[in-house]
Amino acid sequence: MIEIAVEKRLGSFNLDISLRLGERVTAIFGPSGAGKTTLLSLVAGLMTPERGRIVVEGRALFDSHGGINLPSHRRRIGYVFQDIRLFPHLNVAANLDYGRRALGLPRQAAEMERVTALLDIGRLLKRRPSTLSGGEAARVAIGRALLGKPCLLLLDEPLASLDAARKHDILPYLRRLADEGGVPMLYVSHAEEEVRQLAQRIVRIDNGLVSSAD
Amino acid sequence: MGLSSEEWTAVTLTLRVALVACLCALPVAIAVAYLLARRNFPGKALLDALVYLPLVLPPVVTGYALLILFGRKGVIGAWLEQFGIVLAFRWTGAALAAAVMAFPLMVRAIRLAFESAETRLEQAASTLGAGPFWRFLTITLPLAFPGILAGFILAFAKALGEFGATITFVSNIPGETQTIATAIYTLIDIPGGEARALRLAAVSLVISFLALLASDVLSRRAAPGRRLSHD
Repeated sequence: MIEIAVEKRLGSFNLDISLRLGERVTAIFGPSGAGKTTLLSLVAGLMTPERGRIVVEGRALFDSHGGINLPSHRRRIGYVFQDIRLFPHLNVAANLDYGRRALGLPRQAAEMERVTALLDIGRLLKRRPSTLSGGEAARVAIGRALLGKPCLLLLDEPLASLDAARKHDILPYLRRLADEGGVPMLYVSHAEEEVRQLAQRIVRIDNGLVSSAD
Repeated sequence: MGLSSEEWTAVTLTLRVALVACLCALPVAIAVAYLLARRNFPGKALLDALVYLPLVLPPVVTGYALLILFGRKGVIGAWLEQFGIVLAFRWTGAALAAAVMAFPLMVRAIRLAFESAETRLEQAASTLGAGPFWRFLTITLPLAFPGILAGFILAFAKALGEFGATITFVSNIPGETQTIATAIYTLIDIPGGEARALRLAAVSLVISFLALLASDVLSRRAAPGRRLSHD
């Protein structure tokens, strides 16, 4: 169960969103400028809400009443950024391994194999990010977030930078991720088709507010 | 090249002074550059001005200030002497003078690198569980490496040629504090010293040129993945 109730003011833009999510995959759907990325940043701890409460699987990440505000590196929220953000000075294998090393966890070959197989990135391990195609880079970014052992995975339009054909290549991986990833997901998109294929629940937001949740 | 042993001493001493100066200044320069590039704190403008001061101050003033502070009767110098550390008129003092004079150049290059290194990658590292220090070590520092290297080489080149502050603070003692620059200065004043002065000048030219060449090659090799974001 994920509980998000946040208020954030950014200049003249106001975000006020309250959600309780129990589904495996929830899509956050809405036009650009609706506040989708801001919402993810608040959940990940990259921005701080003025007021509210964020609880993931019983763990409070933020609570303005209780004075709780975990820094992003203690939240265990995986984040696949819209602009991918692979580390350019590390090869794919080191990118994938980054979270495990940062957390000081023991090497887990089986988990690495499972994720690389799930996303079909096993043959990219020695490559540098600058040599990857857009679709490959997106898959590596998803794998990297997944291997960080998150308790919630945020995906911010991971297909936005890809052309239509590439999108169709990646959608099956995302469906497998939803089915086999074992992590609840918040999937941000403004493309209705992606959202319908992946999510059990769709939350529409517009102008910083929830406009409908079905 | 037929350098006399005295000239060789000046050359090796110059290299030693410049290298020690830059190696000691580097960690401090990285810390200061990071603070100036990424943090806001009271007194930041003051630190900023203090760091760049040796760049605009007459070098003889910087050298005199070092003498007042680090001389054997100076505030810091007298204190250091209790531990048996003497800087005045020693090669270590020459290294201190070179470090102070080269420091602004080093900080400026590294600061630029930290300012242009993207915080979005640090955010990504953060969501993967990396704390501030680990992020700095594994993301910020390696991505700023070409800039750090450039700053180091620039400072090294500056330290090789430092003259005013050095001669004021540690004088011009052959075998102890006489660097290429101060040796040339002495030779020009000696009748018949021009040939030797020219030889040392040529050596100085070669070393500086090699340093700049090395910096270019190294920074090209440093981070192939970064080339795109440099454009």
